[in-house]
Amino acid sequence: MKIALFIPCYIDQFYPQVGIATLELLEKLGCTVHFPEGQTCCGQPMANTGCERDAIPTYEHYVKTFSGYDYVVTPSGSCAYHVRKHYDIIEQTGAVQHLRKRTLDLSEFLLDVLKVEHLDACFPAKVGLHQSCHGLRGLRLGPGSERNLNAPSALHTLLSMVEGVEIAELERADECCGFGGTFAINEPDISAKMGKDRIADHARAGVEVITAGDMSCLMHLEGLLRRQGSPIQVKHIAEILNTKA
Amino acid sequence: MSKAHILKAIQAAKPVPCPLPVVPVFEAETPPTREIFGSVAAQSGSRVVRAEDFVGLATAVRTIYPKDISIATPLRAIQSDIDLQQASPADLNGVDVAVIPAQLGVAENGAVWVTEADCVHRVLPFIAQHLVLVLPEDRIVRNMHEAYAQIKIDDTGFGVFIAGPSKTADIEQSLVIGAQGARSLTIILI
Amino acid sequence: MKEHATKAAAFIQDEARTNWHDESLWFVRSKRDKAAHGIPEWEQLRELASQIKDHTLSHLDEYLEAFEAKAKENGVTVHWAADAAEHNRIVHSILQEHNARRIVKSKSMLTEECGLNEYLEEQDMEVIDTDLGERIIQLKEEPPSHIVMPAIHLKKEEVGELFHQKLQTKKGATDPQYLTEAARQHLRQSFLQADAAITGVNFAIAETGGVVVCTNEGNADMGTHLAPLQIHCMGIEKILPKAEHLGVFTRLLARSATGQPSTIFTSHHHKAKEGGAMHIVIVDNGRTTQLGRPDFRNSLKCIRCGACMNTCPIYRRSGGHSYDSTVPGPIGSILTPGIDLKKYSGLPFASTLCGSCSDVCPVKIDIHEQLYKWRQIIAEEGHLPTAKKQSMVMAGKVLSRPGWYKMAGKSARWVTRWLPRPLIYNPLNTWGKARELPEAPKESFQEWYRKNRSAS
Repeated sequence: MKIALFIPCYIDQFYPQVGIATLELLEKLGCTVHFPEGQTCCGQPMANTGCERDAIPTYEHYVKTFSGYDYVVTPSGSCAYHVRKHYDIIEQTGAVQHLRKRTLDLSEFLLDVLKVEHLDACFPAKVGLHQSCHGLRGLRLGPGSERNLNAPSALHTLLSMVEGVEIAELERADECCGFGGTFAINEPDISAKMGKDRIADHARAGVEVITAGDMSCLMHLEGLLRRQGSPIQVKHIAEILNTKA
Repeated sequence: MSKAHILKAIQAAKPVPCPLPVVPVFEAETPPTREIFGSVAAQSGSRVVRAEDFVGLATAVRTIYPKDISIATPLRAIQSDIDLQQASPADLNGVDVAVIPAQLGVAENGAVWVTEADCVHRVLPFIAQHLVLVLPEDRIVRNMHEAYAQIKIDDTGFGVFIAGPSKTADIEQSLVIGAQGARSLTIILI
Repeated sequence: MKEHATKAAAFIQDEARTNWHDESLWFVRSKRDKAAHGIPEWEQLRELASQIKDHTLSHLDEYLEAFEAKAKENGVTVHWAADAAEHNRIVHSILQEHNARRIVKSKSMLTEECGLNEYLEEQDMEVIDTDLGERIIQLKEEPPSHIVMPAIHLKKEEVGELFHQKLQTKKGATDPQYLTEAARQHLRQSFLQADAAITGVNFAIAETGGVVVCTNEGNADMGTHLAPLQIHCMGIEKILPKAEHLGVFTRLLARSATGQPSTIFTSHHHKAKEGGAMHIVIVDNGRTTQLGRPDFRNSLKCIRCGACMNTCPIYRRSGGHSYDSTVPGPIGSILTPGIDLKKYSGLPFASTLCGSCSDVCPVKIDIHEQLYKWRQIIAEEGHLPTAKKQSMVMAGKVLSRPGWYKMAGKSARWVTRWLPRPLIYNPLNTWGKARELPEAPKESFQEWYRKNRSAS
């Protein structure tokens, strides 16, 4: 099984530890992981702003960089969703079709491909799980509170495998944090308010660490937490799953 | 002519034909009992009673509502204080209690089907201060699919599902019973 | 373009009120969840509703003609209006024919969209909105802020003050029960005196030629059954093929809207009352254009339950008026650009694309996907602000060139690490208004990888 690791641009630049945790975790689980040189971004920032035409060279670069692997694994539900959902505007070559099926979020890869059932990880803390929207409602990594379906979310399942983790009960299980890519810049007031409200929910539940499958949501929440001087930490779920028992 | 214009625009714009799905029979695990109907109706603010507990319909109405009120009803079993055949719709404004026979009850939402033929005046169930619907107990169905299968919506010029007393929550989401229509709904099962 | 952001920022200034608004609507969303989750076949019903609407839209002309023929058989007069102006003229002429001057109206987003009230008032007619929420905002001379709960943005103190001025209630009285009773007394007189009643339409049945009107207050019925003339105004998309399909839609509508198992009154009108007259006005007003847009025609499935507003984290915190359109919220943001792309070019951006709207939608409209698609059209047609467009062109160039990307990343990290705080957190940095920037690490993941794993 040839596995490529895709580390999205903002993780690469600002949260290298998330990339490292993802790589180490996959290696720990026996995978040989390739990290294709020259990778950049999935193109979502332009596309979500309405400029998907300007994103086409980035899409093509992604396809060129990641062709020839069985799976592309990324610690971002949002980027995986973007490749799978929105790479429909470029020519649907075999390589594109393959990548639109096989670009997977880390949690999907762990549960659906590796069929992970337990992890040797330990993280003694009260953890608040933030369900990033693109993972939850785009990739369907969980049922979502709106729909009448009964199934645990992928992130919940994985966190439950970590010793010491206590998952907090939130009042609003999966409300958006307000990041939304360029939304955070276009509507800074609403965006910040949404983030503050999410944080308040976690704080009420006594959360010590907020985790998510998307670092972008956490970057937004961390920015607010640090401004507030809050002791609550943020950690990508890969960092928790990669802790040592 | 706008009609021709609109139809032409639709023909040019409409998508390729999509099939009409068959609505399956949704078999709830529980039968459509009086108990389920009663508890769901109660949640919407209706009161459900059985006539036999009052030794008959007329007694039930007179017991639930004090004696010195005006009643309007097409039912022969109960004395009507107003001659419905003679009255105009606006004459019904003073009616305290309307007692009207109903055709069908729906367990899943406590709704009751009433037609123009049952009311004499369409406005009667709405304009009266209080409403009593008289429903045969064996006419309770499970859900809206069964209900629509059993009624014919154009049997008369007007028919309505009534699922409780008139209500509103338009001021700060506070529930207030008795908006424009009846202030209370009693369903008497016979 | 920035309209929504500006209005939202103004709304949010009063944080306590924003929280109150958010929680009021979240309460409705929670009730909706409870009601929906109580129906095991809920997801199946949504799928059925969606498919029934797909089918109906693909045969819309046939169903409209069948509907008209049947309605005529029932003695109902049917009119067709291409746009808002024609709709208003038709309604006016029907009223004139019947010498009607005092009109009671129940809630209808279509007549709101057409500006019927203002039109009729200009013709010296008296129009009274009879839904309590509608009456409140009519007295307050404001547009509705929500399609199901038009006065959801107002506090009871504000309603109390308004009623004190307009309906002579006691000064300082704020009890909803008391205020509702005052409205009841006041509206009852209007019902009894009305010459005509106008309603919207929730569903129109092709098979029987009748219309279905749903209310909780019973105001539509008080109007139509007392006034000698009843007029029902409907968009062309309200058609359902058969009565049996009402089973699917009535189960979805109230649960989605307010979490009730049913609206209190689900009224089926087929013929005029004895001695009365019944008219139906079928309106296009841009709907056929929307039908011709494959990416957006799905929006015509909407049954106006408002669930997408109640769940929308932006709507809840910005209020309905921030959208400046008859239908606000997520559904409004995909309907309005089809009417005036330039004017409403900001609305598809008033979203994080979280997708909650699509998942609560009882007819499975892919709302957030349409928002994404409108954004593409808005950019293509040149309605993005220049600076934004240029920054996206630049980003597109950088992110498709590994060398440029590496350099840009390095300098961004350098800037956030070494530049003095006041230079970074300046007024142009909207991110930094309420948030810290991420702490820039010394090396990127790619740099770490080259050092630590380059051998492999």
